[in-house]
Amino acid sequence: MKIIVCIKQVPNTTEIKIDPITNTLKRDGVPSIINPDDKTAIEAALQLKEKYGATVTVITMGPTQAEKALREALAMGADEAFLLTDRAFAGSDTLATSTIIAAAIKKLGADIVFCGRQAIDGDTAQVGPQISEHLGIPQITYAAAIDYDAERGALIVKRQFEDRYQTLEVKGQCLITILSTLDKPRYMNVWDIVGQDEKEIGIITFNDIEVDPETIGLKGSPTKVKSTATKQFDKTIETLELDPETAAKTIVDALKSRHLI
Amino acid sequence: MAKNIWVFCEQRDGEIQNVALELLGVARELAEKTGEKVGAILLGHNIKGKAADLIAYGADEVHVVDDERLGMFVTEPYAQAVTQIAKEHTPSVILFGATSIGRDLAPRLSARLKTGLTADCTKLEMDEEGNLFMTRPAFGGNLFATIICPDHRPQMSTVRPGVMKKLDRDDFRKGEVVEENIAWDESKFSVTVLEEVAECQTCGQIENAKLLVSCGRGVKDVAPARELALKLGGSVASSRALVDAGVMDHGCQVGQTGKTVRPQAYLAFGISGAIQHLAGMEESEFIVAVNTDKNAPIFKVANLGIVADAAAVLKNLNKILQ
Ligand SMILES: Cc1cc2nc3c(=O)[nH]c(=O)nc-3n(C[C@H](O)[C@H](O)[C@H](O)COP(=O)(O)OP(=O)(O)OC[C@H]3O[C@@H](n4cnc5c(N)ncnc54)[C@H](O)[C@@H]3O)c2cc1C
Ligand SMILES: Cc1cc2nc3c(=O)[nH]c(=O)nc-3n(C[C@H](O)[C@H](O)[C@H](O)COP(=O)(O)OP(=O)(O)OC[C@H]3O[C@@H](n4cnc5c(N)ncnc54)[C@H](O)[C@@H]3O)c2cc1C
Repeated sequence: MKIIVCIKQVPNTTEIKIDPITNTLKRDGVPSIINPDDKTAIEAALQLKEKYGATVTVITMGPTQAEKALREALAMGADEAFLLTDRAFAGSDTLATSTIIAAAIKKLGADIVFCGRQAIDGDTAQVGPQISEHLGIPQITYAAAIDYDAERGALIVKRQFEDRYQTLEVKGQCLITILSTLDKPRYMNVWDIVGQDEKEIGIITFNDIEVDPETIGLKGSPTKVKSTATKQFDKTIETLELDPETAAKTIVDALKSRHLI
Repeated sequence: MAKNIWVFCEQRDGEIQNVALELLGVARELAEKTGEKVGAILLGHNIKGKAADLIAYGADEVHVVDDERLGMFVTEPYAQAVTQIAKEHTPSVILFGATSIGRDLAPRLSARLKTGLTADCTKLEMDEEGNLFMTRPAFGGNLFATIICPDHRPQMSTVRPGVMKKLDRDDFRKGEVVEENIAWDESKFSVTVLEEVAECQTCGQIENAKLLVSCGRGVKDVAPARELALKLGGSVASSRALVDAGVMDHGCQVGQTGKTVRPQAYLAFGISGAIQHLAGMEESEFIVAVNTDKNAPIFKVANLGIVADAAAVLKNLNKILQ
């Protein structure tokens, strides 16, 4: 079983600054982490590897700094890592991003692809399903639990909805997007990370993959960010320090005056 | 040429979801701008009868596929059905609810139809040429981005439940119901549903509640909150902290990765007011917050903020309302 885990490096905060002229993110000085859902996806892949035997490959598309995320994944126990990086990839929306990642997966070959459900910066949750469509393989999103039925050669996945869950079975190739609630990612110590320096990180550029240049980067992105704005609050506010009894009375009075009781 | 504003009308267990009606409402508004029609896509099994409801809420034409393959939501059959209907009728816009169904199906379709998709929108506007301006929160609600899809059709977006307004039901509205035939490619159906299990009976549909008693990590025991919600004719809701802790069901979670609610009153007990939580409730008509920390950010959005112990206030509320 060959598993590829797609991980994204994200800023360790949602308090970001936007360059007002280029509408791009200012990332300087903000520490980066592996996107939380993706870290759980690595954990899920490692668990399958430990139980049933598998190779785990992590890939990320991003600038050269994203190598740090790959090192961390290797330290957790991933077998190999690839960085997808090229100036031609810059400015991609989710469709263009998924086109590039799918082309890399095709080149590397995989039985199972894991993604996080959603990246905490872009927040779209679109890249996973789009990759699976490009690859022509089935998708299962919102995975809350995963197991493998070795006898039947099938993955059994708990698929979460707001008001229900499904238990799904899938045979053959597939892509699964993983919720961070599935499990806690394992800890690794500093020495694990240091030890990884011997492992090579593969580099994949535009020339290494088969992809139509018209479908990637800014030019290949059907969506365009037209403008951005940060948020303001305007509310009438009253904050009172009250004992619990008076507090309860005040709340009841307020609800009554609004005809809610 | 691509024309008309379409809505993917989500149903669960044969019940049309509120978000579908909300989207028909906003689609109507957009369609007025360009003089186009509002189309609805309705997929399911034994579902034909619901088409009239969609017309009453604003659809001019309803494209129905009534088929046992669509009984439970599974991506591939749904994707095949929408793709074939969309390719035949070439709508200019398709809107989906930003639910765990819409956010699964819409990106799959965007890749299949080779067009753009904007995620989780909270505002939609249209110019006279039919270009859609889709505004969405990103970076945990700290930023709003307006996104366009100028050169590709259909323009697609998922839209947050609870944000758009549905029209008043009008049973005199006229519309057309079109039954669509799909040429299924079953060789692609490789995902099988072994079981489907309903969850979260206790919290009710929090998007529809008039009043919510919402609990955060500062509430050690949620039973008094449930009692209060019952007395006030509302439902209980929760921050993500209690969902992650397994105390509350995910269906009750308010916020960026939960639901957007806009009740007449939102009572927040022991909730700090993280930006991701505020994103789901700040549009509430009247917000009450009870928190022991007078600097808690929740007080910045509260109309009535009270610095006090949540458990003690809940106990007194239940006593007064005896
Ligand atoms: C403010 C703003 C709003 C935007 N809105 C939209 C929009 O509405 N529609 C749109 O198409 N684009 C949009 N974009 C562009 C989009 O954020 C980027 O294309 C981004 O690279 C991927 O989207 P995401 O972060 O939402 O990832 P998600 O789709 O949320 O990521 C899901 C999973 O896909 C995998 N993945 C994602 N990116 C990578 C990567 N670089 N390398 C490896 N694996 C990865 C990970 O497993 C991740 O957990 C927006 C950008 C900005 C700045
Ligand atoms: C990508 C992303 C998405 C997220 N999505 C969501 C989401 O959808 N919804 C959501 O809610 N969160 C979400 N979060 C998490 C969010 O950032 C917060 O961690 C979460 O909302 C905190 O929940 P809380 O307010 O219950 O807990 P805390 O932040 O721990 O706050 C507890 C509060 O209780 C108060 N308190 C303590 N004791 C008492 C007492 N006895 N009486 C009264 N008050 C007391 C404290 O002063 C404190 O303010 C998301 C985070 C990320 C990164």
